[in-house]
Amino acid sequence: MSASTSLPTLTTKDLSSDQEVRWCPGCGDYSILAQMKKALTTVGVPREKIAFVSGIGCSSRFPYYMNTYGFHTIHGRAPTFATGLRLANPGLQVWVVTGDGDGLSIGGNHLLHALRRNVDIKILLFNNEIYGLTKGQYSPASRLGTPTKTSPGGSFETPVRPLSVALAAEATFVARTVDVDVQHLVGILQRAAAHKGSAFVEIYQNCKIFNDGVFEYATEKSVKADNVLYLEHGKPMVFGKDRNKGIRLNGLKPEVVEIGKDCQLDDLLTHDETSEEPTLAYLLSRFAHDESATAVKPFPEPVGVFRTVRKPTYEEQLDGRIAEAVAKKGKGKIEDLFKAEDVWTVE
Amino acid sequence: MISENGSPGSAAPTAAPPPATGANGRPRRVEEVESITIRFAGDSGDGMQLAGTQFTNTSALAGNDIATFPDFPAEIRAPAGTLAGVSGFQVHFAATDIHTPGDALDTLVVMNAAALKTNLRDLQPGGILVVNSEGFEVSDLAKAKYKTNPLDDGSLKGYKVIRVAVTKMTRASVAECKLSTREADRCKNFFALGLVYWMYERSLEPTLRWIREKFAKNPQYVEANTRALKAGYNYGETVEVMPVQYKVAKAKIPPGTYRKITGNEAIVLGLVAATQLANKQLVYASYPITPASSVLEGLAELRRFGVKTFQAEDEIAAVGVAIGASYGGAVGITGTSGPGVCLKSEAIGLAVMTELPLVIVDVQRGGPSTGLPTKTEQADLLQAMFGRNGECPAAIIAPQSPTDCFDMAFEAVRIATRFMCPVFLLSDGYIANGSEPWKIPAVDKLPRFEVKHPTEPNGAGWAGPGHESGADGESGGAGKFLPYRRDELLARPWAIPGTPGLEHRIGGIEKQDVTGNVNYEPGNHEHMVKTRAQKIENIAQTIPDLAITGDADADLLVVGWGGTFGSITTAIDRARRKGRKVAQAHFRYLNPMPKNTAEVLKKFKKILVPELNNGQLLWLLRAKYLAPAEGLNKIQGRPFLVSEIEAGIEKALS
Repeated sequence: MSASTSLPTLTTKDLSSDQEVRWCPGCGDYSILAQMKKALTTVGVPREKIAFVSGIGCSSRFPYYMNTYGFHTIHGRAPTFATGLRLANPGLQVWVVTGDGDGLSIGGNHLLHALRRNVDIKILLFNNEIYGLTKGQYSPASRLGTPTKTSPGGSFETPVRPLSVALAAEATFVARTVDVDVQHLVGILQRAAAHKGSAFVEIYQNCKIFNDGVFEYATEKSVKADNVLYLEHGKPMVFGKDRNKGIRLNGLKPEVVEIGKDCQLDDLLTHDETSEEPTLAYLLSRFAHDESATAVKPFPEPVGVFRTVRKPTYEEQLDGRIAEAVAKKGKGKIEDLFKAEDVWTVE
Repeated sequence: MISENGSPGSAAPTAAPPPATGANGRPRRVEEVESITIRFAGDSGDGMQLAGTQFTNTSALAGNDIATFPDFPAEIRAPAGTLAGVSGFQVHFAATDIHTPGDALDTLVVMNAAALKTNLRDLQPGGILVVNSEGFEVSDLAKAKYKTNPLDDGSLKGYKVIRVAVTKMTRASVAECKLSTREADRCKNFFALGLVYWMYERSLEPTLRWIREKFAKNPQYVEANTRALKAGYNYGETVEVMPVQYKVAKAKIPPGTYRKITGNEAIVLGLVAATQLANKQLVYASYPITPASSVLEGLAELRRFGVKTFQAEDEIAAVGVAIGASYGGAVGITGTSGPGVCLKSEAIGLAVMTELPLVIVDVQRGGPSTGLPTKTEQADLLQAMFGRNGECPAAIIAPQSPTDCFDMAFEAVRIATRFMCPVFLLSDGYIANGSEPWKIPAVDKLPRFEVKHPTEPNGAGWAGPGHESGADGESGGAGKFLPYRRDELLARPWAIPGTPGLEHRIGGIEKQDVTGNVNYEPGNHEHMVKTRAQKIENIAQTIPDLAITGDADADLLVVGWGGTFGSITTAIDRARRKGRKVAQAHFRYLNPMPKNTAEVLKKFKKILVPELNNGQLLWLLRAKYLAPAEGLNKIQGRPFLVSEIEAGIEKALS
């Protein structure tokens, strides 16, 4: 047995399983796996108390590579297994790893309900905007015009905006990060780990084989500062290579303004990730770099924590009801169970 | 008249009644009879289920054996007065041991013309027909598609018709209660019930007590329903609607404390008792579906027993939550009916592959597709057996009566946790909603089983395939946990996440045996398919043999499974009383079947298999045992009548 099992400090090696990692060379999943291990060395949870649950797809092989408990389940349903796992075993930190096909297409229903129930699970949606494991069909997150084998001439379906969906489902923690932005990624994973309740994290993830470069605007050094808005709680929304651009609200319409020319710093929107009311977070989730997007465009795409609020989790409430029932009528014994309104005795 | 009819299961005078005096001073006749079958039928909104339930409780408390059969439409409130909206509740109460809710009715109570139209065919010739004459207005007759009024056209002359203006008299009885007409009319069922209580010399007290408790917050309803009930009773006595009252004596039932129980109630108790005795958390995840919803509702009430219920967003989520809970160390259970099983199939396959405990309660109903949601059928056997992709065996067991639902729910938990596999519990709408007396078991007499969870790695001594890939670079050995290293019956260890040193990964991809690592090798796959199958076969080593009852040297063996037990047993009793040589074997374990099944089937030249489907057990018996079996099939959404099986036996013997 590994000597490190129950020590509070884990190394990334402790968290690596003995299985060979089999993603394609250059896949964004490698970076996420590495940052996940790094993040978990800091959260103070022993590895036997951590479980990864996944569905089907490239990203869903993730649990096999972590030396924690892991359950590779069926397509789209990972949030349901994770929910059951939490009901049975509330001492575990449970992560769900899913992709844009698994989580938003076949599993859209379960995502919605896990989030609204506020089950204490951390859902990581690896968004590469393509079906990888089935070899390159368009996904519900593919941008308009994405040409694939099943969308010759380009996809004409309006894509799902994952964070908008999560916010509409009343998720209590909503964040976005990018596979190659490693420090940001680690930071978001740590914050998700610390959140009590459902956490939803969209991770932009490059598929080298079938959708290479789709997030280049957000990862390429020369342009990313102008295309990405780093959200910081309590700070004005400033971005740009020269940190001279910002977001201002004009009525219900956001606009990109130049600081010093169009307005002053004080006029900019200030990010409040703890707002009870998720309307502004929803507005931010609509910002799209893509000119073709049916959203607010062209805007820098926000990364960071959109929303984090503390609400009772499903498990806390269920356990609370059980405790209440026990307090009211006493802990049930089997003898009591068999009793009924009317019983009779035959001599 | 009832006593003249002489058909089995119905009334026969057994003792001279004590002289009594009616309200009008004339002597009253009370006849003692062996058993009575009565049905209350009316509109869905008429409260017939309630009347039937109350009559059942009262009869049970009076010491009769009872069996019930509620029959209601899928629509909550079909248009009032229509044929589609008729709801019925049948009660068979007896001074003897009975197994069915009765074939032909001795007494039928109908609240309107539609109820008469849909139920009259079940009333035996000369039977008592109590009609609410006010349910036969022109509009009622039209809705029931009667051209002439059957109360007046002579078509009921073969029955003892008792016409009662139920609505008018109910309203009069509650006149002082300051109720709206609509509220007053809702007391009609109590008036009718009161009348029937008089006919069968029943105490009003249990129902009066129920009324007081049920309407405790509405004293005017307590008063109104009490008055209506008593008015019905007094009406019977005052006008002497019948020349005789019938009395059914206490049944000779083994000593003990009893309660009435439906199949679904018994499943609830069985699941909770089994998990509590095994010291396991119960997680029941389900999506509401007829006729299984009452299991979820029943368990949701039991929070103080630590029960966790989860109403999922759909059938798939429900089974996912149950499997996730089992992975987490609880006993994960999901409940549904046939259409829900279809949706759960892929996840059940995952439970087979990952070898986790799972109980699937399938309360069968008429299919395919939405089918007959409120009607019974036994047509999910082959779905449970084969309805998944790949070679995907699961255990299947089936309770044979409402009370047996307790025992088999208990068994389902035992098998799932002992063998780390999904177990189907195939109940059906008939026994789920039907009720009978249940002798409350002594807790210390309940079977015990132990559920084990490893706390230490189990790799010591393993040098087979996969041993070289040790965690953290170790090469197998004592420090490694092997999640698919099996015990003598081929069950794998159930390691609970949270246990240090046993971290492991499972999933739906084929596993290497012993290590549980992902493995695509051809030989390993075949080995694992055979191993999973053998594990299910091994369950047979822990279940009772198939018992033969009746004549050992019988000319005919009647083989059934699940909820048809009562009808088959009664039919065989009658056939044997007529001198026929018949034996019975009834399956409660369907996969695997008991070890001695082949031996039992070989003993008989003729085998008859009555089923409420198109021949599913028949198919299995022929395929597995090459048995010369013939089917007796009924697929009408209704249980077998005893007479139908009797006729089948006669035909098979001729």
